[in-house]
Amino acid sequence: MNLLISVITVSVIALLAMGIAMSQTLSCYILAGIVPYAVFVIFLAGFIYRIIRWGMAPVPFRIPTTCGQEKSLPWVKNNPVENPSGTWGVIGRMAGEIFLFRSLFRNAKMQLIDGRPVYGSAKWLWFFGLMFHASLLTIVLRHLRFFTEPVISCVSALSALDGFWEIGVPALYMSDLALLAGLAFLFLRRVTIPQVRYISLFTDYFALLLIAGVAATGLLMRHFFPVDLHEIKTLAMGWVTFAPVIPQGAGVVFYMHLCFVFILIAWFPFSKLMHMGGIFLSPTRNLVNNNRSQRHINPWNGPVKVHTYEEYEDEFRDKMKAAGLPVEKE
Amino acid sequence: MKQHKWGLIILGLAIFAIGITFPFWYGKGKPAAPPELSLDTPAIAALTEKRCVEDTAFMRANHMKLLQAWRDESVREGLRHYTAKDGRVFEKSLTGSCIRCHENKEQFCDRCHNYVDASPSCFDCHVVPGEVKK
Repeated sequence: MNLLISVITVSVIALLAMGIAMSQTLSCYILAGIVPYAVFVIFLAGFIYRIIRWGMAPVPFRIPTTCGQEKSLPWVKNNPVENPSGTWGVIGRMAGEIFLFRSLFRNAKMQLIDGRPVYGSAKWLWFFGLMFHASLLTIVLRHLRFFTEPVISCVSALSALDGFWEIGVPALYMSDLALLAGLAFLFLRRVTIPQVRYISLFTDYFALLLIAGVAATGLLMRHFFPVDLHEIKTLAMGWVTFAPVIPQGAGVVFYMHLCFVFILIAWFPFSKLMHMGGIFLSPTRNLVNNNRSQRHINPWNGPVKVHTYEEYEDEFRDKMKAAGLPVEKE
Repeated sequence: MKQHKWGLIILGLAIFAIGITFPFWYGKGKPAAPPELSLDTPAIAALTEKRCVEDTAFMRANHMKLLQAWRDESVREGLRHYTAKDGRVFEKSLTGSCIRCHENKEQFCDRCHNYVDASPSCFDCHVVPGEVKK
């Protein structure tokens, strides 16, 4: 059902974009001239808002997930990264998490063999996940060629490396293939594994399908219905210099691409895609595990009214003596 | 870590904001001039009818595919002549046909290619007559 709703939503967006492109009037002007700025502001403000909200969430205690020996006595060999005991350990751990998806590499698969659970390694999610994210980053960076004039040389170098095999004209990019492979894996995983399917929500499917829409329209524009890059670059440079020029013959596929991208970016801060910023604020990863070496006192503990035994005895000493009860002080 | 929490969050957000606004400050807001192509070569000036192999709109959209097809057909199949829509016959040759007129590669080919960062591999093998390698 969730899958069906997301397919319908993405199709409606596609049709909407087609309608806008076909009409070639005011709506085109709005889509290419005004919406980009609105989307950019929503993205930036929404992103900052979400991060600050997370920052304000109280984390009074250290709750890192530990995956190695904690630092304790000098003769016990500890693991400073998997169970960080200092800032450098945390930096190493976060770098492993952000660049190499360390947690996913730990992914295990459980099978019941003769009634006993047997655990085996399952690296496919890690592999395709890393491939998907790396190609997405490459694609975003490659798009800088439309937003910079003169084009930054490392962006050109990246494109050249990405199209290294020079298959076809224009060259097929490796990152495009990798993105499609990653998307296909992530989507099929959700659909075919019953347990994953059971916990998949609308947003899970919608994010994948939206990115698939962006990728599909992008590939169509590059390889099947070529657009005039000159016009596209002039439009993009117009946005950047706050003087947008509405392209005359950009074509339906371009407007569909634009529509998908804008919805993706505007939806980003309100979606699970915020893991882009959220990963930096994961308390189970970015905290030093020093629960035993340092005392952490909950900072918002109120003053507690206590009545110690000494005070109690002072108050009732006479009565206690009269009743024959032992007292500590005479 | 706790004490520097807000410092780190604000630092991270600042890097993020500077990063995603990169295109805005990279060009310093100066309007980028779209490339102008120069057709000012002696060979073109000598033409009576200023027409490329095909019409301008077709060439603009399809010159890369045309050249790719020319390369495959002439090198692999030995078909060395191309008949245009209006019946004129051209030799399938970058140096012999294209550059005979468009000898000003830097003012013609390169301007658009640099603008959109297209890097065709034509001139990895072919040379522009008279061009000095810098």
